[in-house]
Amino acid sequence: MLTLNPLLSARDLTVGVAGVTFCRNLHLDVHPGDCLAILGRNGAGKSTLLSVLAGLRPPMAGEVRLDGAGYHQRGAQASARLRGWLPQSPNDAFAATVIETALIGRHPHLGRWEWESARDADIAAQALAAVGLAELAMRDVQTLSGGERQRLAIATLFCQAPRLLLLDEPLAHLDLNHQIALLQLLAARSREERVACVIVLHDPGLAARFCNRALLLFGDGETQQGTCDEVITSESMSRLFGYPLREVGEESRRWFVPV
Amino acid sequence: MPTRRRALLILVALSGLAIASVALALAVGSLSIPIGQVFDILVGEDAGSAGEVVRRLRLPRALIGFACGGLLALAGALLQVLLRNPLADPYVLGISGGAGIGALLAIVLGFGAAATNGLAFVGALAAMLLVFGLAHGEGGWTQTRLLLTGVIVASGCGAVIALMLAIAPDDRLRGMLFWLMGDLSQVGEPSLVLALLGAILLVSLPFARELNVLARGSDIAQALGVAVRSLRRGIYFVASLATAVAVTHAGAIGFIGLIVPHLVRLAVGNDQRLLLPATVLAGGSLLVIADTLARTVLAPQQLPVGVLTALIGVPVFLVLLARTHPRGG
Repeated sequence: MLTLNPLLSARDLTVGVAGVTFCRNLHLDVHPGDCLAILGRNGAGKSTLLSVLAGLRPPMAGEVRLDGAGYHQRGAQASARLRGWLPQSPNDAFAATVIETALIGRHPHLGRWEWESARDADIAAQALAAVGLAELAMRDVQTLSGGERQRLAIATLFCQAPRLLLLDEPLAHLDLNHQIALLQLLAARSREERVACVIVLHDPGLAARFCNRALLLFGDGETQQGTCDEVITSESMSRLFGYPLREVGEESRRWFVPV
Repeated sequence: MPTRRRALLILVALSGLAIASVALALAVGSLSIPIGQVFDILVGEDAGSAGEVVRRLRLPRALIGFACGGLLALAGALLQVLLRNPLADPYVLGISGGAGIGALLAIVLGFGAAATNGLAFVGALAAMLLVFGLAHGEGGWTQTRLLLTGVIVASGCGAVIALMLAIAPDDRLRGMLFWLMGDLSQVGEPSLVLALLGAILLVSLPFARELNVLARGSDIAQALGVAVRSLRRGIYFVASLATAVAVTHAGAIGFIGLIVPHLVRLAVGNDQRLLLPATVLAGGSLLVIADTLARTVLAPQQLPVGVLTALIGVPVFLVLLARTHPRGG
């Protein structure tokens, strides 16, 4: 099922808030199997750009297409079957069990009068198992730790089973082992199931190791994109974070440490 | 895991409770009528004085009480999801305040019951449109903006109501206070309110799973394919209409709209597909029971039913809250 069309494409995209422009005239294509890291300083507009790419807020100019059609044109529910979005720090106003929360991800796949079937329950159980939460299925979400809640949000996304995953800081609150496990899981899905991932990350070393492409947001409207080997260098990272960074390690395990 | 079967069983049980509460309301009072005779009257076999009491007085009152309780509980459940705030109740957005101004004005001016209801409804609609217009700033609402606007309009209405109470003639005060506390002693024809309750529930139910998603946050809901903007407007208008209708008929009965959705949520979970119909049945039953007590405990003196809903609702709620498992880390 090889398709030449990009799953997500942005043309002449300008994104900003209240007088600040985060990116100007951005052209971006994400193909099935791609794994794109978005890197930038705090406040450089990574989350805003991601929510524009997810169709949750309008761009200042330009357009975003999901598998060839705009979000509005395709409709909210059909779009939700194609792309998923992981928010930063979800909060729970009401008590609910972990499994109920994961099942919320099945919403776009169900008709108006349909209830979750045994198959949906299986999908949810598998998603919880994939992030190591199978044993907490009956726990109240409001009792979870930050890291557990984050993994549950990822399980909800896996239940949604979209072809494009837009992840806003998926590693937030996660222990080191869970950080690596999650990135391995995402890399495996993009390799084996041709799922495309766009991931906001903080660590250029992890980006270089698990993603094949990177988009740098410099915070002043300027952007740079390319393969990780091209754009993730000690010069570009030093400029991006405004602090001198030095690269250590070998080719597939590069780390950037403050000088 | 929510299932249709479990939902159906719970709704059947609650329907039993609703029927029992109405039967109790028909049987109990200054003239005590055995349940068997109540049944005979309802199927039209007894036309004596007991028949008059049941058909002309107790049945309309019980049915209107049930409908108003159901409407208030439903409005509370909807607004708690809309505002993502467990403390929201039907009055938090100022609707009862607007209705209160209208009703008290009618009472001060010496209008009859029909005009009082009419003015109360006009006041409720005015408050609803005012809050909607003010909260609908650039870029749509946020929950905080809507909540703040509602709270401010409600407190403005509260000030006007206090002013009216202060300058009203003494002989009108009792009627005004009863209206404010909620009162079912002057009710008319129940069919319209019952039909509205049914219509509002039927309009809400198809969107119940979308409400489940909306309760997780509006961005998440949008990413999962919910048309958040139109859904939120729809909830606002449906919940406001339900509140306005209930308040118009029964005054500002407190606690039902706040406590019943919580009681039901604690007992059956927060799946709106079950929660919405269950709150209607539970809210209606609680108000009928409270009203039956209100007219019997100190008979022939009638108490405002709003006092009884609080006196029943608060301890029940606290017991249920204490019995649920404490939240561990």
